[in-house]
Amino acid sequence: MKSSTLALPLRVIAWLVYGALGLGIVYALVALVRLNGPVYFLQAVVDGLKLGFVYALIALGYTMVYGIVRLINFAHGDVFMVGAFASFYAITEYGWGFVPAILFAMLTCLLLNVVIERVAYKPLRNAPRIAALITAIGVSFFLEYFTALKFVFSADFITYKRPFEVVVWNIGGVLITNITVIIIVVTVFLLLLLQYIVTKTKIGKAMRATSLDKPAARLMGINVDAIISLTFAMGAALAGAGGVLYAIAFPQIWTFMGLMPGLKAFVAAVLGGIGNIPGAFVGSLLMGEIDVLVVSFLPMGSRLRDLFAFFVLILVFLIKPTGIFGEPQVEKV
Amino acid sequence: MQTTMPRKRLIPTWIPTLLVAIAVYLLVAYAKQTDRISVYWHQVIQLAGLTAITGLGLNLIYGFNGQFSLGHVGFYAIGAYGSALITKDLLTKWSGTNVGALAWMIAGQIGLVLVLMLIGRLRVGQIRKGLAARLETLIKPHEAWVFTTLVTLILVAFALALGVGFVWLAQKPLAAGLGSLITKLPEVAAQNVIFVLALLNGGTLAALVAYLIGLPLLRLGSDYFGIATLGFAIMMYTGLQNSDLIIPTMKGARGMVGIPRWTTWGWVFGVLVVLVIAMRNMLYSSHGRAIVSVREDEIAAKMMGIDVAQSKALAFAIGGFFAGVAGGLYAHLYGFLHPSSFSMVKGFDPLIIIVFGGLGSMTGTIVASALFALIIEGLRVLLPQGFEDWRFVIYPVLLLLIMLLRPQGLLGTNEWGWLRPPIPPMKGVPVSSKPSTARAESGEGGA
Amino acid sequence: MSAATAKQEYTNRTLDIRDLTMMFGGLRAVSDFDMAVPENGLYGLIGPNGAGKTTVFNMITGIYRPTEGTILFEGNDLVGREPYLITRTGVARTFQNIRLFQNLTVLDNVRIAYHTYAGYSMIEAITRLGRFGARDRVMTEQAQDFLAVFNLQDRQGEIAKNLPYGEQRRLEIARALAAQPRLLLLDEPAAGMNPKEVGTLMELIHFIRDRFKLTILLIEHQMRVVMGICEWITVMDFGQVIARGTPRDIQSNTRVIEAYLGKRMGKEL
Repeated sequence: MKSSTLALPLRVIAWLVYGALGLGIVYALVALVRLNGPVYFLQAVVDGLKLGFVYALIALGYTMVYGIVRLINFAHGDVFMVGAFASFYAITEYGWGFVPAILFAMLTCLLLNVVIERVAYKPLRNAPRIAALITAIGVSFFLEYFTALKFVFSADFITYKRPFEVVVWNIGGVLITNITVIIIVVTVFLLLLLQYIVTKTKIGKAMRATSLDKPAARLMGINVDAIISLTFAMGAALAGAGGVLYAIAFPQIWTFMGLMPGLKAFVAAVLGGIGNIPGAFVGSLLMGEIDVLVVSFLPMGSRLRDLFAFFVLILVFLIKPTGIFGEPQVEKV
Repeated sequence: MQTTMPRKRLIPTWIPTLLVAIAVYLLVAYAKQTDRISVYWHQVIQLAGLTAITGLGLNLIYGFNGQFSLGHVGFYAIGAYGSALITKDLLTKWSGTNVGALAWMIAGQIGLVLVLMLIGRLRVGQIRKGLAARLETLIKPHEAWVFTTLVTLILVAFALALGVGFVWLAQKPLAAGLGSLITKLPEVAAQNVIFVLALLNGGTLAALVAYLIGLPLLRLGSDYFGIATLGFAIMMYTGLQNSDLIIPTMKGARGMVGIPRWTTWGWVFGVLVVLVIAMRNMLYSSHGRAIVSVREDEIAAKMMGIDVAQSKALAFAIGGFFAGVAGGLYAHLYGFLHPSSFSMVKGFDPLIIIVFGGLGSMTGTIVASALFALIIEGLRVLLPQGFEDWRFVIYPVLLLLIMLLRPQGLLGTNEWGWLRPPIPPMKGVPVSSKPSTARAESGEGGA
Repeated sequence: MSAATAKQEYTNRTLDIRDLTMMFGGLRAVSDFDMAVPENGLYGLIGPNGAGKTTVFNMITGIYRPTEGTILFEGNDLVGREPYLITRTGVARTFQNIRLFQNLTVLDNVRIAYHTYAGYSMIEAITRLGRFGARDRVMTEQAQDFLAVFNLQDRQGEIAKNLPYGEQRRLEIARALAAQPRLLLLDEPAAGMNPKEVGTLMELIHFIRDRFKLTILLIEHQMRVVMGICEWITVMDFGQVIARGTPRDIQSNTRVIEAYLGKRMGKEL
């Protein structure tokens, strides 16, 4: 048995190791910044934020739906895609401006998701969970391949027409476009709106109650079915807005555009703690940053960006599976 | 597994099953021989067989062991590319010799197994716990973590070093031995030997990878495990798209070509039959019961003395093996491999099929694989010109209908023929000391 | 204490728990719990709902790791061991909410308990060669004999979830016993039973204790069972031991009565 006089030197060694690790991280960061200059680094950070905010809009839908019905909605990324296409249609066919187009997209996605929920998920609420999951996969395929049909939009890459002119500002060497500003402004606005609804309104309370304990919520007089539909609707509206913003930022849309952003947003939601709304936001920003930093700094980065995103996921699972803000679910024995 | 005990059977179950199997084999072989079906359809049928093998593997993991894995396509890819690298060697000597890749893979896998065994022997887990317990009496837990991690890393590095050393040393003589064996055999025999070795290697490689990633990931709950395995599959897909960075002959996103087309209906059918027999025998044994008990109730299984973690890892590895072998056969069916065949979208296929056929039903998986191929290809034939794309819209609608109407799948957990659980003989009741009142109480109950 | 001393003292105590504490975050579920159960004893653990009784069981079986304390089973400390290893050492339990393998047959539920002693490898199982034939048959016969002892042999082909409640409870006890334990923990075995079934259960418990030479520790709410068969009772409330004694002692203990009925009622009685 070790004597207690060993305690002090052991602690000193442990803290020295911590110090070394910390210094290593700081050194790596500094080297990173110095690699291509601080301007390059800041540009990457700003671009990462841009992507992260868009991911946040998608991630919220995933996390809210999972929180309320424990369903991984595989079709959510495709709702994002529908938003982009809906706004494309409004802009090119009717010449609408930015605000009407984004509202139109949000409304379309909202209605679409409510219909999907009623037709495909609600009847399976009492079936084994895998049935709903398979159905979600089926809905995802359906949306993708329907959009890919020649008489709808076709499976090609379509160039998106931005509803406004791009303006670029140069702040100390870092290029910021009005697109970035609009993305941040719109996203923050929607997030604050969501946060307000969820925490300060009666409906929000009903949503939180339903996600905690459905039977109890029913007994308290909450119309659980309506709340669930509302959750799907809100998630879809956000994703639709995300689709529009993404299309404005990266003006090429195609029927499978929702797959990767959807998956990465999903990873972001899990990162932050699935079911946790602030967590989804934090996770999304992290995912956006990782994505852009990998592309900007790693050789072959643009080819390996997806690999890193999911590598981060595996790491999180090994260290803290419930996510940054998640709470462990204890099984009662 | 079957959920009700069937009535007494008159004919041994294996007879009708054997007859059906022979009939299916002969039917397809004859149709191909006499050109009644095109090459295209012949390939579709073989593909259905491969889907069945992959599906059975996933069914073992998910239907029978209860672990929701979305990463199955990753193992399919490992088997496909792994076996292709071996057989391509025979034709093009891309690795330098005609058995180079094979030797590396065998040596590598043995080395990996040795490393794992060594880590087990060194009782790294025990040492970690013991050290942590001792240190935590002196210093704070997170400080103790530094030391335990350091010790773990040293031990693992030691084991790894020995493993790498072994591989380095073993590879050359292995290559030499295999090389001389190949030259001694006539060409056809050599091809068959290499093909079998390639398929096996594809399978064992997939199984090893499954075991390795399974150990840390399987302790996660159901949904999280699904997400983690999905992450693995996507990492594999991205890796394949950039594989040309490491092994140029794999050609990354352009696709690997020049793979000998040695897969035939005979091979597919034969492998399917062998694996079905193996799976059925395993499930209807004590090991199979242990695997299923983990699905039913993990905690109760632990209380019955079952090493649940090991059971999960084993089922995951065996399921991975199935996918790996199927992948190997796939690579040699068309002669080229493209990463898009292993994308996430494709990855959902095995899951859809086993749910469609019935989770926990081997017969269901086989039937569903056949139907699935039939529907997708049949729609291609039935739909008018220019509307073939509609089948990808119709298929999810059909899927939705099936989930709504029959969520437990076509066969639920039922089996057919020889795949049904054997009925244990009912013993006569021995007259030993029993409480008499316990007798009187049989059949009554309910609160 | 050293391992040697522990083994010495164990001669009479199958289960020896000292200073057992379980904290979930800031919540003290169990604190300073002591209990000693002698070989072949039939002991009871009672207390109001939420007193921590099942938590104690979970700690003994390794599902929870105690924050402090030792659990000596036949002189060996169980703390920190994996649950499945604890079972293999000779401790089995039943659950408050029945945890049978619902979709498996009655026979399979029992056969799983024999898996540790199966005696054949997976290769032998797959190829059906080697020791598989003989060993699997022996395993099946042992399981069937076992079911007969509990009068469930006619139900061996039934799916567990289709059994009537009383038989499910009986099967769970049979399954736990099939694991060949020397210590059996029963968590509310009489829950949901009518008086007739309870009487049968009490006889069954006596019978298995004698027939299988077990040490039994029982959590139970139904006083008839506790008072009727337990030789010694430990009472818990709010995670702590509040009383120990024979059924007689406990019945008239004011603290116990207060714990169950509240202070006013206790004073009135």
